[in-house]
Amino acid sequence: MNVGVGLPTTTPGATGELLLEWARRADAGPFSSVAVLDRVAYDSFEPFAALAAAAGVTTRVRLATMIAIGPLRPTGLLAKQAASVHGLSGGRLTLGLAVGARTEDYETAGVEHRGRGRKLAEQLAYIRGGVEGDRVGPSRAGIELLVGGLSGQAFSRMARYADGYAHGGGPPRAFASAAARAEAAWRDLGRPGRPRLWGQGYFTFGDVERGNAYLRDYYAFTGGFVERIVAENLTSARAVKDFVRGYEEAGCDELVLFSTTPDVEELERLQEALA
Amino acid sequence: MRVEIVGGGPAGLYLAILLKKAERATEVRVLERNAPDATFGWGVVFSEETLGSLRDADPETHLEITDTFARWNRLDIRFRGRELRSTGHSFSAIARTRLLEILQRRAGGLGVELEFGVEVEALPDADLVAGADGANSVVRRLGEFGTKVEQEGSKYVWFGTDLVFDAFTFIFKETEHGLYNVHAYPYDEQLSTFIVECPLETWLGVRPPDRSEEDTLAFCEQLFARDLRGHELFSNRSLWLDFPKVTNGVWHHGRVVLVGDAAHTAHFSIGSGTKLAMEDSIALANSLVRRGWNVEAALVDYELERAPVVERTQTAASESAAYFGRIASYAHLEPIQFAFNLLTRSGRITHASLGIRDPQFTRSLDAWFGGTPVAPPPAFAPLELRGVRFPSRFSLAASGFVAVSPEGRIAPETPTIDEWTPPDGQVVLQLGHAGRRAACLAPALGRDLPLPDGWPVVAPTPKPYGPFSPTPGEPDEERIHSQFVAAAARAAELGVDVLVLDMAHGYLLGSYLSPLTNLEQDRLRFPLSVLGAVRPVWPRVLAVRLSVTDWHPRGNSVEDGIAIARALAEGGCDLVHVEAGQTVHDDRPEYRRGFLTALSDRVRNEAGVPTLVGGYLTTLDEANTIVGAGRADLVLLDLPEAQIEYRLDPVITQEISGAVR
Repeated sequence: MNVGVGLPTTTPGATGELLLEWARRADAGPFSSVAVLDRVAYDSFEPFAALAAAAGVTTRVRLATMIAIGPLRPTGLLAKQAASVHGLSGGRLTLGLAVGARTEDYETAGVEHRGRGRKLAEQLAYIRGGVEGDRVGPSRAGIELLVGGLSGQAFSRMARYADGYAHGGGPPRAFASAAARAEAAWRDLGRPGRPRLWGQGYFTFGDVERGNAYLRDYYAFTGGFVERIVAENLTSARAVKDFVRGYEEAGCDELVLFSTTPDVEELERLQEALA
Repeated sequence: MRVEIVGGGPAGLYLAILLKKAERATEVRVLERNAPDATFGWGVVFSEETLGSLRDADPETHLEITDTFARWNRLDIRFRGRELRSTGHSFSAIARTRLLEILQRRAGGLGVELEFGVEVEALPDADLVAGADGANSVVRRLGEFGTKVEQEGSKYVWFGTDLVFDAFTFIFKETEHGLYNVHAYPYDEQLSTFIVECPLETWLGVRPPDRSEEDTLAFCEQLFARDLRGHELFSNRSLWLDFPKVTNGVWHHGRVVLVGDAAHTAHFSIGSGTKLAMEDSIALANSLVRRGWNVEAALVDYELERAPVVERTQTAASESAAYFGRIASYAHLEPIQFAFNLLTRSGRITHASLGIRDPQFTRSLDAWFGGTPVAPPPAFAPLELRGVRFPSRFSLAASGFVAVSPEGRIAPETPTIDEWTPPDGQVVLQLGHAGRRAACLAPALGRDLPLPDGWPVVAPTPKPYGPFSPTPGEPDEERIHSQFVAAAARAAELGVDVLVLDMAHGYLLGSYLSPLTNLEQDRLRFPLSVLGAVRPVWPRVLAVRLSVTDWHPRGNSVEDGIAIARALAEGGCDLVHVEAGQTVHDDRPEYRRGFLTALSDRVRNEAGVPTLVGGYLTTLDEANTIVGAGRADLVLLDLPEAQIEYRLDPVITQEISGAVR
């Protein structure tokens, strides 16, 4: 299993400079990818812009959206943004797409929330397929396409159009159960081989109170569930190691760990914990 | 710290005891709407596992509870005049009133305030409020927990009897009104619980007398007179009920937390309600202690710990409830298979795990299944079907999609019947026309991605399959008909054992079957005519791959799929390869391990046709359980790549079966 690291683009206090420092250090370190989240109605950096910047200061790591909310963008534009990051990075884009969980982002983007699933399916088919008259370049060949979500439809879209599955976080047990559903969908759609399985988790070594405050704010829309997310935040080297082992046993191919604060020391501590 | 517990059932009382024990200074009050000696229900069941956690949590009550326990390890199944017996199951039960008495006394002794006859109308003021007030919880209604309540399973009525059973006893009784069943178990030296259950359809068909307690009792007493052997049934507000399945999005909200039935119910047929309730109380009390009585942190811990456990139990309970709802379709099974099907209904017991509890039972099943006194497990039993001998139930080599014509290919890489050569082993040839799913990029890239410069596709209605798919033209039925017949004749020359006509997943014949994709009245017309024409040129096993449900609100339901399977069997189909969905690209599939097993079970037992099933089955234990329980006749295993050779090698297969023996 590979381990990647999140760029803290949604955490309070993140600056352009800090994000580039994270990307540089991740590229120099043992990590295999840097990944970003996607929000509109929030104090956060746009995922494709952030990955484009990261592309400029890295040479090795994959650049991933975990996930980008596809339907917020018109299909041609989404394909353009993805193809551009892919081209700028020399073919290192992993494009995770899903419908997202917050209606607020749709309202702010001025996009209908209804019909989002249908639109995502269309976007996946467009990005992956060779649609007649498609003149959107640069080349999308080699973009690793992932789909997230927990509905039956999310799994069938994943198995129909993508290369793998992007899990939304939780204990290894929850990941394992989603992974089994992804594998079942993959076989059902008659795809050869197996889906690539990506997982994610949060960690905070330094200022845990600050990290948890961010999680409470970011996931406020989940109501009471937010406390579960806070409880699952990994706050010690031991917890990180157990989590990594649990994901590895559950068949995860790439686990992305997101810091809840933009402090660069967090990355160092993570590196020590994984060593 | 002040704790108010609403509801004086096992969950509430046990929580009160544990909190008071953990910290004497905690003020704990239990508010119960009924009198202390009000009796509801008869006996409650526990498993050995639960008893261990009760002992650790409070040895005093554990001792008292287990002292009065009825314990047994046998499960009897009375069906068609036979009584089948399975051992090694470790049950224990206690009278509900006795359990409450013990808990009330202990709580009182520890200084818990117990108030009876109190109706709660507003949330009490306290540091922590626990809603332990049952499936119709008032506390739950006063907060926001994202509650869902759905009826599940059959109609049921709960009695006591003075007949003391010596095992957990399932009684199945064919009556003039239809099949009824009973769950009965002893709970002390004088009495047993006796629950009568009747599938909703049967109940509505010939409605049993249900106006009063007396009517209901007299009816059931008469129905089961022979099983009761002159003993009486006792009523305790015993009327026909529906079981409410309660789920909650969250179990706590601020300082209010739900425990037991208020938080979740699990159908009584797996007997886990009281067990889950008391385990909730243990987990909640432990969380509070561990978190130094920080209520917010403790409630999160509690929910994190309990939610996954409860969810698994609820899933098993729902499977079990659904099983009892359709028992009539299993009435044709041999008693030993009927019993194994019953034991494995919720997915918690498998062939392998039952073999550990009760090796004699699985030996008897294997022997019956294999037709010899000592036999390997069911998946290793040979099968004879229309002159073809299958050496085992899982050793098939699936061809993948083979097209009847170049236009019928899924992708340029799809072989046509003229290009295809059979692999080694016992081959299942899946023959089809891709219909409106034809002319796509290779499946390695994705599915239903239209091929640039592809060929025209056909379907009964001019609706494209997915985004950017081409609009289908009208099929040349006569031509396609003769292509299927010619391909079948070719397959006969190739020496294939099983020919599967692909009528699933929205390929051409499948798209004829669904109202989503075919507007004609007689949707079976063309598929049946192809089947009828292939039958005479194909001497061996003729199967049909069928999407039993479209997984779509306006598409074929499971009932429709079963009716189609029945029609196909009458039209000459020997075997249904059970699939689901993909008729349209935006269906709502339900993926998980073994996601097709329940559908195969229904097709096999309701349409009375042999079935082949896959659906992400990865172990031989699953194959043994499915085949042994009569849920399918043949199984397609999804083994990891490295093991496929192993599976197909007949010598090694024999060695495996030898080792298992």
